Amino acid sequence: MNERSNEISRRRLLGFAAAGTSGLLLGGCDRLNGSEGFRSVLEDTENLTMRSQRFLMGDRLAREFGESDISPVFKANGSLGVTDPVYRGHFTQQFAAWALHVDGLVRQPLTLPLTALKGFPQRTQITRHDCVEGWSAIGKWQGPQLSAVLAQAGLLPEARYAVFHCADVLAGSPYYESIDLIDAFHPQTILAWQMNDQPLTEQHGAPIRLRVERQLGYKQAKYIMRIELRSTLAGLYKGKGGLWEDRSDYAWYAGI
Amino acid sequence: MNDTAEASQPPEAPRPRGGDLVRRHHLATRLWHWINVIAVTIMLMSGLMIFNAHPRLYWGQYGANPRQAPDPAWLDLSHINGGVPFPGWITIPSHYSLADARLWHLAFAWILAVAFALYLLWALIGGHARRDIAPTRGELAPAHLLHDIKEHARLRFPTGAAALQYNVLQKLAYGAVLFVLLPGVILTGMTMSPGLNAALPWLLDLFGGRQSARSIHFLCAAGLVAFFVAHIIMVVLAGPINEVRSMLTGWYRLPREREDQA
Repeated sequence: MNERSNEISRRRLLGFAAAGTSGLLLGGCDRLNGSEGFRSVLEDTENLTMRSQRFLMGDRLAREFGESDISPVFKANGSLGVTDPVYRGHFTQQFAAWALHVDGLVRQPLTLPLTALKGFPQRTQITRHDCVEGWSAIGKWQGPQLSAVLAQAGLLPEARYAVFHCADVLAGSPYYESIDLIDAFHPQTILAWQMNDQPLTEQHGAPIRLRVERQLGYKQAKYIMRIELRSTLAGLYKGKGGLWEDRSDYAWYAGI
Repeated sequence: MNDTAEASQPPEAPRPRGGDLVRRHHLATRLWHWINVIAVTIMLMSGLMIFNAHPRLYWGQYGANPRQAPDPAWLDLSHINGGVPFPGWITIPSHYSLADARLWHLAFAWILAVAFALYLLWALIGGHARRDIAPTRGELAPAHLLHDIKEHARLRFPTGAAALQYNVLQKLAYGAVLFVLLPGVILTGMTMSPGLNAALPWLLDLFGGRQSARSIHFLCAAGLVAFFVAHIIMVVLAGPINEVRSMLTGWYRLPREREDQA
């Protein structure tokens, strides 16, 4: 009898301990998650990740695949279309009167119609697109290297970042993204106007989208209207270099 | 058998008996153990939140469309709980946030991986792996394995001097964690990184593609959960105070011989 009640109280104690531990753990983690100081420590490791990845990869290429590896259905995500009337006008004219603007810290601002972008030497690459959510799709992309476009504009010495201003609006804010010059001048960084041998469809970012192949999907900005060269990301929207970075604290360097 | 073991002991060091306090765990093991308790728990809970963002698993290089051939998911939990299969009480953070879960996961991944690499080096160079983890040929004999499994099933664990060393089931479990599950979870995690794919493309070939790596990542994590559950049950059955003390202070009281053994 006595043994039995001991047993029960021990079991209850263990139960309380388990529930208490789990409660403390979750409550503690949520509190830490909301703490600016703790988050900034975690965000420091994003820097460590970027530096160590950059050290390991140098200017190596992302893997390129064969035609037979291409995903039969390339999932579209994020914005699937654009409501902006100016964009809609260009879309109905198949972007015949549309032009990409390259400005900011450049010697010669550019206005490049689609024909001009097609006139640059083209790079074609079959690469894997990795969504931050976890899925992957393989597609074939074609377009001029960003490095060639930037070389034509001529960067001023203060330029550090290429910012891509997009036509789509997501969760009430205009989409934008940014990369630094290491990725901007990487050979696989292209302004793709073709996907799987066809002009980009609207859901995949017509007329052009960025391919920056060693980073995740949210860096692959669609519907690019303007490329702005800047010395800093501060002062632009919320200053974190991209819509998702500003909105949800996604890492600016999305190499993992 | 006891006779030969005793004969090989130097006469001035009497073989410890049940009830004796013995040095059980090296400081390195104890430190690593508790770092892992924190790191693995956080990795698991934040990992479940990341999984919630796309609760499907595939094999191969690509995979995105669970209902469209030919990249069907071999595991699809998206019909559970309105598409968020793992509830808030086992995720970090407890509200849905892929971004915050990644922030935790990718920060604590450093702690997990660096601590693991250091401990593995120590265990391999210092002899812990060979001396205490690697099963002997005799222990792997089917008869011995079967005997140990039966004894475990009857909750009869080694006592006295026999409890000085890990038994073969412990060795296999710890060996699986040290040489399969933790390296598996770390390397597949690295394989999911597009940056590291460029730096270390052999990782993609090792695991057969990013989506295969993601599946193996999840399976290794499930293996770690299975280990955790068995581990906690064994600690409770073997005497939680003695076991936890030995992992804190290093000192372990050898279980007393059962009466039917005397």
